[in-house]
Amino acid sequence: MVSRPSEMSPADAGPGGGGGPAPLPVKIVIAGGFAVGKTTFVGSISEIEPLTTEAALTKVSEGIDDTSKVVTKTSTTVAMDFGRIGLGEDLVLYLFGTPGQDRFWFMWDDLVRGAIGAVVLIDTRRLEDCFPAVDYFEEAGLPFVVAMNCFDGTASHTPEAVREALGISIDTPIVLTDARDRVSTKSTLIELVQHALARATV
Amino acid sequence: MSPPGTDGAGLRVRPYAMTGGRTRSNTELAIETILVRTAAGDVRAERMSMERGDILRLCREPSSVAEISAHLHLPLGVARVLAGDLCDEGFLDFNREHATSERPSLRLLERVFDGLQAL
Repeated sequence: MVSRPSEMSPADAGPGGGGGPAPLPVKIVIAGGFAVGKTTFVGSISEIEPLTTEAALTKVSEGIDDTSKVVTKTSTTVAMDFGRIGLGEDLVLYLFGTPGQDRFWFMWDDLVRGAIGAVVLIDTRRLEDCFPAVDYFEEAGLPFVVAMNCFDGTASHTPEAVREALGISIDTPIVLTDARDRVSTKSTLIELVQHALARATV
Repeated sequence: MSPPGTDGAGLRVRPYAMTGGRTRSNTELAIETILVRTAAGDVRAERMSMERGDILRLCREPSSVAEISAHLHLPLGVARVLAGDLCDEGFLDFNREHATSERPSLRLLERVFDGLQAL
């Protein structure tokens, strides 16, 4: 075999296309009740229009007809919106909105695995909608901040009252946010990362 | 509450028919794992058929499993298995620093913090 001159660019120089290694992904979960503004929050800071991905699932449910004891399998899908933010050349932050319905808990395990943390968006008029998310993140030991979505620029309850109602620890940040406003969502994300940093250094 | 499964028209294929019924591949990818085409993938991209070819062509630009799922209208689990297969076969690759099961390291958190502040 004749060895090639070194200036011949080898075809095995790793990933093609743009060249160089693949970007490193990180993710933050955006949770909260149905229609609380999760997709708005994602869209206000994402560099792409929020995309929707679907998971197919097979739900096994027992029939309620006692005489037949029917076990039925139904195929359905659950939708999840997400956005992305490039943070420099080789780092990409994904924001994943949780599926609204509580019965899709199983998807949360995938969402939460390896995540930086979560933003729990709340509407104080329907505070109870966020209880499942708070329960889940406390249980999972995932850093989270509670973000009060103030649609009209004013909060109808104080953060202290919300903290008491949720029964969350004093070191869990509660912030005011406007899901439509990029500056506001950006500072909410920074608050979360700061909280995750504090938790990681303890 | 909106009812699930109200997506558009078109012939529906039972999702895991595309993967031969498998729900996982040898390479386990996270939903956020970003895939890039390898040199071997570049060569095969135009000749590969079906969903696998679509994935290879989309990954001309680095794309996450979630983005593959969204752009190609594939269920997340199916996109994950097919992309994992393409990694096994050497047509796609991803950043091996990405530890899917662990919390991000302190150093990585600092990079994210700096990156967000610079936005």
